Amino acid sequence: MDIDEILNQAQTAVDAAQDLRSLDEIRVAYLGKKGELTSLLKGLGRLDPEQRPKVGALINEAKVKFQTTLDARKTLLEQQQLSAAINADAVDITLPGRSPTLGGLHPVTQALHRIEEIFLGAGYDVVAGPEIENDYYNFEALNIPSHHPARAMHDTFYFSDGTLLRTHTSPSQVRTMERQQPPIRVICPGRVYRRDSDLTHSPMFHQVEGLVIDKGISFADLKGTVIDFLQRFFEKDLQVRFRPSYFPFTEPSAEVDVQCVHCLGDGCRVCSQTGWLEVMGCGLVHPNVLNMSGIDSEVYSGFAFGFGGDRLAMMLYEVDDLRLFFENDVRFLQQFN
Amino acid sequence: MKFSEAWLREWVDPDIERDALLKQLTMAGLEVAAVEAVAAKFTGVIVGVVSECAKHPDADKLSVCQVSDGDNTYQVVCGAPNVRAGLVTAFARIGAVLPDNFKIKKAKLRGIESQGMLCSAAELGLGDDHDGIIELPSEWQAGSDLVDVMQLDDITIDLDLTPNRGDCLSLKGIAREVGVLNNTAVAYPKIEPVAATIDDVFPVSLADAQGCPRYLGRVIRNIDPSASTPLWMRERLRRCGLRSIDPVVDVTNFVLIELGQPMHAFDLKNIKQGIVVRMAQAGEKLSLLDGQELALDDQTLLITDANGPVAIAGVMGGHGSGVQVDTKDVFLECAYFNPLTIAGTARRYGLHTDASHRYERGVDFTLQSEAIERATQLLLDIVGGEAGPVHESLDQVHLPQAVSVRLRQSRLTELLGVDIAAKQVDEAFARLDFQMTSRDEVDGSVEWTVLAPSHRFDIAIEADLVEEVCRIYGYNNVPSKQPLTTLALRHVELEKNTESALKRQLAAIGFQEVITYSFIDPVLQDMLDPGFAPVTLTNPMSSEQSVMRTNLLGGLVDAALSNRSRQQDRTQLFEIGLVFRQEESGLQQTSRLAGLLWGSREVESWAGQSKKMDFFDAKGAVDALIDWAGLLDVTFSKVSDPVLHPGQSAAIHVQGVSVGRVGRLHPEIESKLDIEGVYVFEIDSEIALTNTRRTHTGISKFPSVRRDLALVVDKAVPAAVVEGVVREALGGILVDFRLFDVYEGKGVDSNEKSLGLGLTLQSQTATLTEEDIGHFEQIAVQALQEKVGGHLR
Repeated sequence: MDIDEILNQAQTAVDAAQDLRSLDEIRVAYLGKKGELTSLLKGLGRLDPEQRPKVGALINEAKVKFQTTLDARKTLLEQQQLSAAINADAVDITLPGRSPTLGGLHPVTQALHRIEEIFLGAGYDVVAGPEIENDYYNFEALNIPSHHPARAMHDTFYFSDGTLLRTHTSPSQVRTMERQQPPIRVICPGRVYRRDSDLTHSPMFHQVEGLVIDKGISFADLKGTVIDFLQRFFEKDLQVRFRPSYFPFTEPSAEVDVQCVHCLGDGCRVCSQTGWLEVMGCGLVHPNVLNMSGIDSEVYSGFAFGFGGDRLAMMLYEVDDLRLFFENDVRFLQQFN
Repeated sequence: MKFSEAWLREWVDPDIERDALLKQLTMAGLEVAAVEAVAAKFTGVIVGVVSECAKHPDADKLSVCQVSDGDNTYQVVCGAPNVRAGLVTAFARIGAVLPDNFKIKKAKLRGIESQGMLCSAAELGLGDDHDGIIELPSEWQAGSDLVDVMQLDDITIDLDLTPNRGDCLSLKGIAREVGVLNNTAVAYPKIEPVAATIDDVFPVSLADAQGCPRYLGRVIRNIDPSASTPLWMRERLRRCGLRSIDPVVDVTNFVLIELGQPMHAFDLKNIKQGIVVRMAQAGEKLSLLDGQELALDDQTLLITDANGPVAIAGVMGGHGSGVQVDTKDVFLECAYFNPLTIAGTARRYGLHTDASHRYERGVDFTLQSEAIERATQLLLDIVGGEAGPVHESLDQVHLPQAVSVRLRQSRLTELLGVDIAAKQVDEAFARLDFQMTSRDEVDGSVEWTVLAPSHRFDIAIEADLVEEVCRIYGYNNVPSKQPLTTLALRHVELEKNTESALKRQLAAIGFQEVITYSFIDPVLQDMLDPGFAPVTLTNPMSSEQSVMRTNLLGGLVDAALSNRSRQQDRTQLFEIGLVFRQEESGLQQTSRLAGLLWGSREVESWAGQSKKMDFFDAKGAVDALIDWAGLLDVTFSKVSDPVLHPGQSAAIHVQGVSVGRVGRLHPEIESKLDIEGVYVFEIDSEIALTNTRRTHTGISKFPSVRRDLALVVDKAVPAAVVEGVVREALGGILVDFRLFDVYEGKGVDSNEKSLGLGLTLQSQTATLTEEDIGHFEQIAVQALQEKVGGHLR
């Protein structure tokens, strides 16, 4: 067979190869030790010396051509094989992913964290205290003697030894004042208890109280702090108003209303059409309270405020029944994760 | 405190609309809690006069009346029992629209035509009286619109007053406040003394003058027991939330609302010899109007007669001494009681009354004379009779003394954070009726000394005056600013995590936070902490919330059960909170962290069936927390815990100190709760909040090498002991220990098990040779053989 014929045959075989293994067999058949093109080269010795260079060149040329065809076919077959493999590995990418089971934080906790973060940024400390308290810390030290009508405002849970479940987190403020001289900047978040249960009252709820005591602390400072806090917490430029009120432990005392976060003051079901929501009580710390805790009320003044953490969470997360927070239905809780 | 707007505006009528008035009250600290129209909406109802009244020929209970509207006469069929000729009443003519859009049309009743309807109070939304048609004063002009003549375009305003504003528990007080707010004069009604026409007095003695320093009494004889309270007074009482009872009680209630002075009327024939005001002796008894008999304590101020207690001073009268339907002679009591004496009395006996509410907060001690004259005049007008002289028993010493309070302008500025001109303060004091006893100027700052008026019980110190000035100045006119204070840096504890970080970590490893009540059901509490006595509330809301939790399991179990009943197939919950334990050292309130796992390990998925969670899911969570906190020397040991499964529970110790537990609920408890496979852990929060300081230990440059051993040991040998032996034997060269297999069964003796141990060895200083590795392996195997009797498989 002449060279062209062999080359022709070889290239036809290459083009017919359907996989890499048969392609390699073809390569061996022509270029292997006993391959046909190899054999042609080996047979050069039997030719005339002057014919050898010419025929040798032709054989080499055929080898190069064959190699080129072979490489091209190999690349093609490799690509085909890869894409077949890719096709075989394809998944339904719309199937749900395999995520680790995640938990979540209770919405009240999330609201409390937000509150804490806002105040921590302004140099407040967060303090905690016991929930079973004695009469002194819950009432007496806060200027609420036993006969005071204000005690009726706190429907208190009692124990047989006269101790009680704290009705506010103010005892933590008293303990702070006893422990530390001004400047004082603290917030006291925690569970408090009152004998009350309906749509907006739970016998256990969370209160956050704040206390700032220093020289020259004024009602204007209180207003600035409260307004800033409410606007930061809701991230809205809400109107805030102060109404004279009464708490035995502050004087002057104020009740704070914030523009309804739901209707922004137009009047809706949430604010009973008033455009306002009552959110906290506050005032300048009563001199008796300062003096009782060993702080000179002639030198220092301070303000205090208190609000329901659950109530703010209700407003923030648009929850309409306080009791949902304590039913621990995961279908409810997971809405906030 | 409920009152009528129309009545208020008779006294003080500022030039502001209704809505503005309501807002002004709220913004002044007299919070408007509710507003209600005094009548339902109706039109076309006029004053009508019944000129003739005859029986309906075909109906026993109906009358056929001729009713005049002043111009014409109409035939009206009426079923009211009190309809009669001459009666002036409410007449709805044809075309009138009654409440609920009830249109009056021409009608035939049992064959007789009726051109309208005569109305009861209830039919017009004027209270709930529907026994008969309304009876109007006979002098009222027929044809007048009822809405106009009865001033029905009025509202009842309900104020939610704070305890310091006892002075606003009367129309007089509210009018005074509205006058102050608007700088408008108040037209107080003129109250003239009523001259005595008889000489009778009833003796009174103040045995406890501290509790009762002033007591005014007056005898009124020969009243007409058949008289009834006039419409105008009944309407006023109704619009202030009070029911009409009888003329005498109505008058005392009227004075209570009008002036804020509680009064009591005794039937003179039922009180003997004389009144003595004294403290009760413990155990004395008093029957109340409702028949209930009270055993009195010695803190109770009483009104007594020769036979014993007749009333609890300032709270409630007793049974049998008050006015009755046939009372002819009355003894009127009008006293000032010390708030400190009265405070708490009503609460102790559970008898909250309009009188106690006012006395506790303080009644103006100069008001009694005015009030008794007012009541006398009203009584004489309504029920007639002859009044004796007012007899006053007084102990001047024990009357409240006006306190002199100083206000410094400099302090005012400092506390409010705004400059307030001295003139504004002068004006505020004048408007509030504060009597200025001195006014000095020192270094440009004015100093005032004032006496509060007798109706204010809440002015004792400078801060009280600051509040008053601020109120008049307007809380919302005070500017807002940020406090200026020292900028001290916070102390952030190095080796402690915050609770919020811990909670976030728990959420990240799959736990949902819950918040459960701190007081729980004693049955559940005892099941989950048997034999330990919890702290018990004396006044719980319900028995299901009556004991304080001594651990966190109750709330979690409860939450798991309720979620299961809401068709959840898995729950993984945690809570952090206080537990309350009465220990020998006293009450301990410590924070704990607890978790609960129940149900499928994973949420149901296409990727395969999930198995139920087991002990090792709970333990794994604890392990993750231990790693997070960086706790060292942690051991799990078998424990006998009455609430946990004896074979699937462990006590957790850190450096030998017990810090918590993990395990499955005891099968008996699971069966009582009707739930299976509940795993819990509970740890001291303090420990979980540890954040051990980690330091860099270097990374070896030399390769590590792993050797796996198949070790056969007795089944009873705990895996942790095997690990401990290997770690101790190899020391620092062992950089990782893996227990990759636990096998029992074919090929292993029935009381033995085979453990697959993967030991990773690495040196900080050299590449380990085959010889080194063989040496270390040998050390481990030898130690295992000696310490736990293990051998290679």
